[in-house]
Amino acid sequence: MKKRYLRMNLFYIPALLLILSFVLGPLAEAFRISFTQWNGYSQDYKYIGFNNYIKLFSDTNFLLSFRNTIIYGFGSTFFQNILGLAYAVFLNSKFKGHSIVRTFIYMPIMISSLIMGYIIYFFVQYNHGIFNEIIGLFGMAPIDWMASGNRGVIIITLMNSWQYVGIAMVIYMAGLQNIPAMYLEAAEIDGATPWQRFRHITFPLLLPSISSAVVLNLIGGLKLYDVIVSLSGGGPGFSTHSLASYVSNQYFKAQNAGYSASVGIFTFLFIMAVSNIFTTYFNKKEVDM
Amino acid sequence: MEKKVKKEIVKDWWKYLLGIAIIIFHILPIYVLIVMSFKTKTDSSSLLSFPQKIYTGNYTKVFEAGTLLSAVKNTLIITVCVLLIEIAVGGLAAYPLARNKSKGNNLVKGVILGIMMIPSLSILVGVYSLLVSIHGISTLWGIILVSSAFGLPMTIYLFTNFISAIPVSLDEASAIDGCSVTQTFFSIILPQLKPVTVTIIILNGVGIWNEYAYSLYVLQKPKLYTLTLTISQYFSTGGKDVNGAAAAASIAIFPLIFAYIFLQKYFIQGTIDSAVKG
Repeated sequence: MKKRYLRMNLFYIPALLLILSFVLGPLAEAFRISFTQWNGYSQDYKYIGFNNYIKLFSDTNFLLSFRNTIIYGFGSTFFQNILGLAYAVFLNSKFKGHSIVRTFIYMPIMISSLIMGYIIYFFVQYNHGIFNEIIGLFGMAPIDWMASGNRGVIIITLMNSWQYVGIAMVIYMAGLQNIPAMYLEAAEIDGATPWQRFRHITFPLLLPSISSAVVLNLIGGLKLYDVIVSLSGGGPGFSTHSLASYVSNQYFKAQNAGYSASVGIFTFLFIMAVSNIFTTYFNKKEVDM
Repeated sequence: MEKKVKKEIVKDWWKYLLGIAIIIFHILPIYVLIVMSFKTKTDSSSLLSFPQKIYTGNYTKVFEAGTLLSAVKNTLIITVCVLLIEIAVGGLAAYPLARNKSKGNNLVKGVILGIMMIPSLSILVGVYSLLVSIHGISTLWGIILVSSAFGLPMTIYLFTNFISAIPVSLDEASAIDGCSVTQTFFSIILPQLKPVTVTIIILNGVGIWNEYAYSLYVLQKPKLYTLTLTISQYFSTGGKDVNGAAAAASIAIFPLIFAYIFLQKYFIQGTIDSAVKG
């Protein structure tokens, strides 16, 4: 049997080769380039030590992208989980046609967030935009929604939350269905209020779902890229860039491959750290409960 | 008694009203896109209003231009190839990782799952310079290999969870009957992988169909453009013809929406399977 197991290991060689050459190799290469001032195309370049990494902390555009990435990641996670849980509780109350509502909530996930960004542009554009038309009905003056970077960041966060709320919703629906009804009934007989029932029964039993939904939404939000390209192009100025879009901006527009690589390595380490911290936290919490 | 029935109706009304409001909230952008694709360029009515006359000229224009059809073809080729590679390579890799839990294999599994977190754009510089050196820029195989490699960890994760749940005694019985490892995999394990393969096709398929970031940099020739690239051309450089762009975008989103409506049970179950730890 042992020999069989060794022979079996040959099966993962193709996968390892692909991952080594197209993910781990490039990761190592990006790491190496992050210590150079390479412009992305010329033959020669020189090593400049940690200069790129030092520059990160004085580059206001980078710091802005970093702040935006945190808002995109944590903001989306917040809205998606609150609204996703609310939707799941609502749909689990099993009224006729609840599955049709679920169908429509999940549907935007099918659409590329790039295209969704172009569609949302029709809502936020100044001339003839749908938001301006609606506020016009109330006699308000039109607003140039995307002209302010901070407002742009909020709009992008809300749009991302809206588009992908279905993921959290279906995870919570599955989680809620796994909670035995008799626990809640027993608590109700004992006189627990709806809030007490939620706090002491539903919530602890839902923790595995919360953990999956939060980590999944976080990773999704921290990687945000496509919608930024189509909705704001990172602008005005650099005010709505995420780390991911700043990486490609520095590489292809600013022709600063070495620096772009260091932003990329930073992004990679940051997302790894965040997802590890959250996974460990939830694992510990699940054991405690 | 009468009071109770009335109360229930009132309660249900509240749910239906909220349900309809939620549907409108989530369908509105798709509605706006489709309505726009049926309006003429000069139509200056509200973006929310239904077209007074259905105008199909935007669609004929898009089809006559031909770029969208070639984009559909490229996107289909990429999606099918990536899925085939991921399923074949990932399915094979998952077998030893699920069965042989040696220290070395746990390390391999740890590395593979660890890179699931890597945002693909964070190593853009490395991937792009690799593709330049192997002449993979502006080739379909370039984007196919990159996409396959990035999708493999999730594929292997799902397959490994699924195979772990298949009793080992089946493998042992076939070994006793004289089957080689390869024979066991293909005759005992593979036939049972159908449900998880459907999940993978659906989850990864949506991702590949909608991929944009890497396609933008790898596929630089217009004849290699995928749907997302073509749509972004329509919206950005296509001048002011937003109605034509809307028609093109409607065509691009149609296949997935159509598949989703008929197979939504699998889409939703797939999301749950991939998210909840096995």
